[in-house]
Amino acid sequence: MSAQDRPGVGFADILVGASLLAMISVIIAWSTHAHPYTAESGQISLAWWHLPLDATYSWLRMLAAYALSLVFTLIYGYLAAFNTRAEKILLPLLDILQSIPVLSFLPVVLLAFIALFPHSRIGVNLASIMLIFTGQVWNMVFAVYHGFITIPRDLRESALSLNLSPWQRFRTLELPYAMVGLVWNSMMSWAGGWFFLMAAEMFSLGNRSYQLQGLGSYLQTAANQGRWGAELAGLATLVLVIVLMDQLVWRPLLAWADKFKMEMVEGGERPRSAVLRILRRSLILEWLGRALWIPLTQWSDHLFSNTLPRWRRNDSVLNIVALVRWLLVAFIVVVIVTALEGALRLLEHLTWPEIELVALATLATLGRVVVALIISVVWTVPVGVFIGLNHKWAARLTPLSQIAASVPATALFPGIVALLIHIHGGLNVASVLLMVLGTQWYILFNVIAGASAIPEDLREATRIFRLSRSKTWTTLILPAIAPFLITGLITAAGGAWNASIVAEYVSFHHHVYTAFGVGAIIAQSSQDRGFSVLLLATSLLALTVVLINRLVWRRLYNKAAERYSLS
Amino acid sequence: MSVKERNQNTSLVRLLGVTKMYTQPDNYNIRVLDDINFDIQTGEFVALLGPSGSGKSTLLRIITGLSEPSYGTVLYRGEPVSGPNPHAAMVFQSFALYPWLTVQQNVELGLVAQGVAPDKRHQRAVQLIDLIGLNGYEDAFPKELSGGMRQRVGFARALAVDPELLCMDEPFSALDFLTAENLRSELLDLWLESRIPTRAILMVTHGIEEAVYMADRIVLLSKNPARIIADLPNLLPFPRNRKAPEFVQLVDHVYKIVTGWDDTENDADLVESTVPSQPSQGGQPRLKPIPYGHLSMLSGLLELVADRGGHDDLYRLGAELFLEVDDLLPVTETAELFHLAEVREGDLFLTELGKSFVDRDVNERKAIIREQLKDIPIIRMITRVLVSKANHAMSKEFFTDILEEHFSVNESERQLMTAINWGRFADLFHYDTDTELLYLDDDQMRDPLALSLQDF
Repeated sequence: MSAQDRPGVGFADILVGASLLAMISVIIAWSTHAHPYTAESGQISLAWWHLPLDATYSWLRMLAAYALSLVFTLIYGYLAAFNTRAEKILLPLLDILQSIPVLSFLPVVLLAFIALFPHSRIGVNLASIMLIFTGQVWNMVFAVYHGFITIPRDLRESALSLNLSPWQRFRTLELPYAMVGLVWNSMMSWAGGWFFLMAAEMFSLGNRSYQLQGLGSYLQTAANQGRWGAELAGLATLVLVIVLMDQLVWRPLLAWADKFKMEMVEGGERPRSAVLRILRRSLILEWLGRALWIPLTQWSDHLFSNTLPRWRRNDSVLNIVALVRWLLVAFIVVVIVTALEGALRLLEHLTWPEIELVALATLATLGRVVVALIISVVWTVPVGVFIGLNHKWAARLTPLSQIAASVPATALFPGIVALLIHIHGGLNVASVLLMVLGTQWYILFNVIAGASAIPEDLREATRIFRLSRSKTWTTLILPAIAPFLITGLITAAGGAWNASIVAEYVSFHHHVYTAFGVGAIIAQSSQDRGFSVLLLATSLLALTVVLINRLVWRRLYNKAAERYSLS
Repeated sequence: MSVKERNQNTSLVRLLGVTKMYTQPDNYNIRVLDDINFDIQTGEFVALLGPSGSGKSTLLRIITGLSEPSYGTVLYRGEPVSGPNPHAAMVFQSFALYPWLTVQQNVELGLVAQGVAPDKRHQRAVQLIDLIGLNGYEDAFPKELSGGMRQRVGFARALAVDPELLCMDEPFSALDFLTAENLRSELLDLWLESRIPTRAILMVTHGIEEAVYMADRIVLLSKNPARIIADLPNLLPFPRNRKAPEFVQLVDHVYKIVTGWDDTENDADLVESTVPSQPSQGGQPRLKPIPYGHLSMLSGLLELVADRGGHDDLYRLGAELFLEVDDLLPVTETAELFHLAEVREGDLFLTELGKSFVDRDVNERKAIIREQLKDIPIIRMITRVLVSKANHAMSKEFFTDILEEHFSVNESERQLMTAINWGRFADLFHYDTDTELLYLDDDQMRDPLALSLQDF
């Protein structure tokens, strides 16, 4: 059982959590010294012919963040999987990092980057890219790590006995083996990336507002000015970009990655893509393969066989490596201790009422997350089971629901806030609906997958025994979809916590609406530069998410997977 | 064709006191290989024969340098092996082909590692694909091939690097009977006619017939830990005929040695003093492992033997039931453990108890098994714990922890699951999969048999 399946909290988790807290406070301390960046605040033009350019800008930011994520993923995943000592730190770190709500980082990251690049747009751009990166990288790392560690022993041994160099092993065995998971998770990461990009292109900090030209700021400006025509045009552009990405990039990639599946029999249905077929038949690609790919592999094999250590190791090299390692460890320890001290100094400013308030607010947000999940389950389970069990309807509804799901909830927020802000209860109620908007799809798709995986003979058995409708649900359908439902709930809960920061604190028409919750406190304190409260709220939020993951979700999942698995 | 001409009597591989231990999570050491010494000469085809779990695959991996021995050395041409031996190639039971590479690319892989130029390695791969009879399939992916063709690719990939030592880990076990037979004779032809530059072959197998059919020498390994118990030369002339009396005689001889594996330590005592040379266990008493015999298979086998007049040849039984000796032995060992049958000289004899067992109905059979289980140490340990606990329930973990002081983690799990199966069958105790608890119900508590266990 690897560390990531293990419920409960261990020593490594506490250690890693504390270090992380320290690092965040260092960044905060740094960003408080930042000179406020003054050059920004032009109006975003709502002219329709700006849309293609806006979409291109947004897309480029996504691409940069994805490239960064990919490089980080491969390095982190490789170290975590093949270096036993690194694994002990990297795995718990990963688990905690992915539980930290990305959006609470925004002001901190932004200020840090503005401090790095004063008087230019680069800082703001880098901040939004960093933010998307932190939003999309973790699931990719998990997928790649999981791929690396599940490589069958025989395949590893055959690579070793054929004397492949570490680089050759990486490109012929390890990367291909992790490829299917990597492609799937890249796809999910892009979807998550849009969510954060929409929120990260336009934000205000203190009395200053920052904006980057892009689809996200376009949509917010349009909603603020009540220009619904422009809002719809912006949404349509966004959907178009997402659909194009799906057709031109993801589908071909998925169809291509199918050959990396570790199956030894031809499966029934395999992903197809007309684009890939055309590419594969084209002569250009074949020529590129011969003229570029083969020399490239030759060159890289040669290059890395000289620079990377071979199997046989030299003692003197080992000694130097050990020395460097100790220096590194010592350095990290010093940094962490200093940072911890800084964190404590930040937290010293806190008063008891503030702590109480943040704790209560966390509970309030927890309540909202639970309600949002319940609402999502109540409508998605019947609908998802219906779609999953009726293949005819599945064919019609799945593409539709995929397009609906692809629209990032944050893109809809401005418009929906405008509609809901005046209902009874104000944002306290409306924020729950905003959360539902962001989380329902994870559950829906998982339920559909679970329902369509129910074997036909089990369904026939319920019909032969003339089980009543309610009996069929309790004995067959609910147990069969349980593992899928829980997987969906875990992802959805993560999304809901993240969404709380944008959902509980909304500025609209130059007026700020807030709900009582930890998300609002995070947003508020970052606006007012109340960094000790920000640090406390962020850590409390992360702690809550980690604890719930470990103590509730993981146990539930293990139970459901063991008990109700149909395989 | 008689014995090979290549025999120059120089030793290619030499094993000196190779010992392998695995350290358990709780720091108990399990010894898998114990002081293995033997040589492989140039020109030899050696079969390494042993029961499953005997560590023969581990030994093979140590010889090829994929794994390191805890003590002892492997010499290759007089040089100690450290790291994967570039002169050795390996063929795997599971083929270990890369599904995303074509046949051609799979075969070229070892040459890529050697840095051979693309044109040259292409040519070489085509040659080998021809030799192994797969021409026309160069661009196919492994999943498009049948099992036999996949193993051909496995052979081609291994032979492409012109290995001096060809190591095979049960290369035919995953294939159906006819395919395996065909591939065996083709490989033998290549080897005997010197169409491949290989200097020696080492094959790990649990098939006695396979070993006698192919090898010049058969090295027999025992289990727990593995030691060499016999090293038999096989001078039968090629081509070998399975029906020939000398062939059958040799197979029978190996069978006798194999079934005698546990004869020296057949007393099912709870404790058995440790080998003094195992310092880590510090004189801790050892629990004897139980065979993984399935009880429904046991009944079936005994009925079959009863129909044959109370005794039958094990080799013939195995062949008729399509069971390898590996699958058959746990069942016969279970029968012996329960005093239902005895193995003598490769024949299985029903005992008086065994004969009456066959005549009874299901419930009476359960009663007999229950009576016999009383004497099995692991079962005795479980019932004793359950009887003495106030709530008569205990977690499975508790027992695996105890067992892990005697066996490896996987072995402990298998031992306990077998014991649980037997206990459930005989209605000695219950096991709840959800809570992972073993417990006694009221009837089992009232059962005088269970109660009497308190006296132990």
